[in-house]
Amino acid sequence: MLQFILNNKEINTSLPPGMTLLDFIRYHKQLTGTKIGCREGDCGACTVLVGEIKNNELIYMSVTSCLMAIGNAQGKHIVTIEGINLEGLNAVQQAFSDEGATQCGFCTPGFIVSLTGYCMNNKTPSYEAAIDSVNGNICRCTGYKSIERAAAIVNEKIQERNSADPLQFAVSNNVIPAYFLGIKERLTKIPVANDVNSTASAKNLGGGTDLYVQQHDTMEQQAIHFLFDKPALKGIIQNGNFCEMGASATVTNIAESLIFQRHFKELKRYIKLVSSTQIRNMATVAGNFINASPIGDFTIFFLALDAKLRLSDADKKREMPLREFYKGYKQLNKKDSEIIDRISFELPGTNDLFNFEKVCKRTNLDIATVNTAIWLKINGDEIAQAGLSAGGVGPVPAFLEKSSSFLAGKRISTEIIKELISIVQSEITPISDARGTERYKRLLLSQLVKAHFIQLFPSLPLEKILIA
Amino acid sequence: MKNIDSYTHTRGESIYLDDIPLTAGTLFGAVYGSPVAHGKIIKLDLSEAEAMEEVVRVFTYKDIPGNNQIGGIVPDEPLLAEAEVHYDGMPVAFVVATSVEAAQAAVKKIKIEIEKLPVVTDPRVAQKNGSLLVPPRTFKLGDSKSAFLNCVHIIEGIAETNGQEHMYIETQGAYALPAENGALKVYSSTQGPTAVQRHMADVLGIGMHRLEIDVTRLGGGFGGKEDQATSWAIFCALATYHLKKPVKYCLHRMEDMRMTGKRNPYSSDFKIGLDADLKIMAYEAIFFQNGGAAADLSPAVLERTLFHCTNSYFVPNVTATAYSCRTNLPTNTAFRGFGGPQGMFVIEAAIAKAAEQLGVHASEIQQKNLIKTGEEFSYGQNVESEATECWTKAAGLYDIQKINNEIATFNSSNALHKKGMSFMPICFGISFTKILMNQARALVHVYTDGSVTISTGAVEMGQGVNTKMLQVAARIFSIDPARIKVNSTNTYRIANTSPTAASAAADLNGKAVQIACERILERIKEVAAEILKCGADCIAINGEKVSANADVTSLSWNELVMAAYLKRVNLSEHGHYATEGIYFDNTKEKGHPFAYHVYGTAITTVTVDCLRGTYEVDAVKIVHDFGTSMNPLVDKGQIEGGVVQGIGWMTMEEIVYDADGHLRSNALSTYKVPDIYSVPKVLDIHYLETVNDNPAIFRSKAVGEPPLMYGIGTFFALRNAIKAFKPHSDIGFSAPMTPEKLLMGLYNSKND
Repeated sequence: MLQFILNNKEINTSLPPGMTLLDFIRYHKQLTGTKIGCREGDCGACTVLVGEIKNNELIYMSVTSCLMAIGNAQGKHIVTIEGINLEGLNAVQQAFSDEGATQCGFCTPGFIVSLTGYCMNNKTPSYEAAIDSVNGNICRCTGYKSIERAAAIVNEKIQERNSADPLQFAVSNNVIPAYFLGIKERLTKIPVANDVNSTASAKNLGGGTDLYVQQHDTMEQQAIHFLFDKPALKGIIQNGNFCEMGASATVTNIAESLIFQRHFKELKRYIKLVSSTQIRNMATVAGNFINASPIGDFTIFFLALDAKLRLSDADKKREMPLREFYKGYKQLNKKDSEIIDRISFELPGTNDLFNFEKVCKRTNLDIATVNTAIWLKINGDEIAQAGLSAGGVGPVPAFLEKSSSFLAGKRISTEIIKELISIVQSEITPISDARGTERYKRLLLSQLVKAHFIQLFPSLPLEKILIA
Repeated sequence: MKNIDSYTHTRGESIYLDDIPLTAGTLFGAVYGSPVAHGKIIKLDLSEAEAMEEVVRVFTYKDIPGNNQIGGIVPDEPLLAEAEVHYDGMPVAFVVATSVEAAQAAVKKIKIEIEKLPVVTDPRVAQKNGSLLVPPRTFKLGDSKSAFLNCVHIIEGIAETNGQEHMYIETQGAYALPAENGALKVYSSTQGPTAVQRHMADVLGIGMHRLEIDVTRLGGGFGGKEDQATSWAIFCALATYHLKKPVKYCLHRMEDMRMTGKRNPYSSDFKIGLDADLKIMAYEAIFFQNGGAAADLSPAVLERTLFHCTNSYFVPNVTATAYSCRTNLPTNTAFRGFGGPQGMFVIEAAIAKAAEQLGVHASEIQQKNLIKTGEEFSYGQNVESEATECWTKAAGLYDIQKINNEIATFNSSNALHKKGMSFMPICFGISFTKILMNQARALVHVYTDGSVTISTGAVEMGQGVNTKMLQVAARIFSIDPARIKVNSTNTYRIANTSPTAASAAADLNGKAVQIACERILERIKEVAAEILKCGADCIAINGEKVSANADVTSLSWNELVMAAYLKRVNLSEHGHYATEGIYFDNTKEKGHPFAYHVYGTAITTVTVDCLRGTYEVDAVKIVHDFGTSMNPLVDKGQIEGGVVQGIGWMTMEEIVYDADGHLRSNALSTYKVPDIYSVPKVLDIHYLETVNDNPAIFRSKAVGEPPLMYGIGTFFALRNAIKAFKPHSDIGFSAPMTPEKLLMGLYNSKND
């Protein structure tokens, strides 16, 4: 039996925990304001808010309900557009109406939910953050300019919040109904994350952002081992020079982690290149590794950093470098019964350099055509040690071993970059597909390798590298 | 006035097809589409699917009581495949089951044996094979052949535009319910309820009068639900006809993308001739349109390509020929612009190529050749032109000198990034080019409490047509808009509708509403005259108050309406409107097909990251000819949305079919439409109020399609930025300009 709160109502259901939240909302609760656009997390029409208590604070995040199992709703507050509606229009709805930010209206509830979620969170408000909150919502009618104007109006209102409690402020400023103020208390009466339906043959499920895209038609009937909310799999901590992450750490957890922010100066730029707000709230790092996509953004990120995985099989645990985890296309170097439970890596030190690059058809909210990361340990004016990884250029997310060892002991120059690129080219085997031709992917990776050095060594002669 | 749906839209209370409460016993359908793009069906094995407990029945062409035919212009498209399949995803069977999941699961159990035939996806190959959907057409003005002899500069080339997925966020769908006496009520997410009704009647072999097609609204259409919505509605109706049970089918996104047609891709040859003053003296073009497996709307799309093949320019000698080519792709179809953008792209490519060879900026050639009032297009229509007006206004208002200087300064001081700009003038003809379609009807009822309902043939799909209909009635009656409701589009209330397309729905249906309201108003004014004892021509109604001889009386709208009812005056009217003065002679390819033209000019600036091959659109600054906009907020939305959709078509939206005709860009994860970060940073619109009289509703010119073509400017601005980095780049004229093409253009040139 699953228990959660849907809008203003406690839910007890024995429906299959693998059912998507979207199907539950629309077809079992007849709440039709949540729309179906793609069922793969790419349009945002089905966006809902998920509230849970973290550090004694009720926090709301937006998710695409098409990719979330109701099993992952256990003990949480699920908010649909109906749960936001007040007597008249709320402040977000009014801004949309005034600015003509709704045309056919099909995507609109998703936008309203996302932006209302922005009004409820406890981060410093800004116009940029307001826009970021709807970056996973696709609109085909408006061209977004009216949505930008509406978001600006909403943001101005939220700027007045100062140090007031976000939920309290949202309630008293016509953003959300008053029942939200009682939710925290009500949630404490519901147990969090029980491991329903766990059997030996159960499928391991994290945030679901890959599994529900690939197997949406079979997941509902599947026995599932829910990992997303396991306390043992949560958390990001620093241990000396090392960072240790629970396997269920999400992209959002990384983005908000002070440890990451301290050690990756450009973290914000990288994160913006990775999926959307809704997906980041659900997608786990271990899920990215296990999915074994040759272009998994965080796989490429952590390959460069030489991250180590801890595989656990009941009580048996062993460690494995991420660089040894991939045997072939979607083939993992692990037993079926093993799960990743922890990830650790050495944090880049003050003398280290790190960069991540990604290019796709659409700059944001897209899957990479090619992505690459680099980690350089610098000693004086020499590279002491290097890690270079690249995705989209072979059957597995690739650690470029020869290229990396070539760099060790080198002083960076245009010639070295040129030599490096020819080694890189010898290490990759891209194929032509919907994301690009083989020729393009080869050229693109060369360009992105140059981009690494242009980013990391601003004093190098830029134009020479460009035409190298 | 705000969009009348904005209240329910923002609250998630607007009802779309999938939100209609289900009637008990509703069954669910799913189509089994051919796994092969071309072949002969040897054997179709339904047994495993039929044996599934939840499956009620699997329908094939054998179950069609009438004609297995849904072709709109040419009867060349079966609803369900019989002996052959002509594209991947072509419907072969329709499964009906007690749940969506079961229907989808049953589809996977169907087996088919197909003898494969050669697959053609390239329109030029199809044309060589003589595989055309309709005979080719040629528009001619003057004598291009001899004019080329006198040209100083002659430039030839090839230009290509890929297709475009409509990506309405609401997928296609329908819900059919049985009614008594063999009638059916069918909810359909269609832009053309009458098309659904007509073809459904033909397939079922029953009269159109038994088919009530109802459309409340669409979650986006863009042309993709003009003809392409029909088959899903008929599948449901066919099953309901046999089973006497409600049947519903909403397509999964991947089914929709695989099985429905898109904007027609084109490959075209051009030849342009200029004199020493850069006047275009001659233009020849051959268009190879990729029509897909059946005609669908492609012949009409092709016609509009020819109409707009010289965009906003006067060219005295034109020969333009167009082939509609049969390929093994889903039937390509209407998409905002309807062939116009494809035609305009080619002449813009010709001008750009000429400019590059002559070492001038394309805008010099563009500006010199803008069409003037009284000059004619190749189809013989003399125009009232606003082209120069728009151009000059844009160049002045947005200070083109400054833009050019800023770009030059930026480019000379930046190695990694380059900027480029372009002008994109547009000229788009308003009217259905099939003359008979330029008619519409509206049913207006005034109720005894003074409230009003309107029904028209227009379908609301976000463009705000219902808001405009309501505005027309509110203005004619001079009453509070809150008293007026616009009803769903329904074939029992409004018969023989034209589809909501060609940007013409507000004009045609608006005029019909106007006519209906004026007639009712006339009758109730007579009643007022009787009450107030004066002539009917002395009566006016303003803000629900009746005036006689300009004096406000105590008689209110409410009282007057009730008085009229008591006097047994007809408070309902069915207005009919047909556009006057338009004609076209297909045998000569000459006439006056358009009620009027819409003009505008966009200046686009972009920045290219020359290291990564990525780009941003800095600004699109527009001067647009609105006539006199009757709803600036709605019209602004149409311009902004159209521009961004056009930019998507020209940049990131790339349809990929493999050689076997399988769609590779078959989901939102592989086909990208613009997101909020990818739109122009600045999008300025200047409302040019043009003084020439026009027959638009309240002189408010149609605004649906024209702005899409501003997006073409992005392609040419990007090209100019590439040239700023690499002057001799051999990058061709092949849209979309994906990051791939752009990077290849920056680095892989033959000339190096």
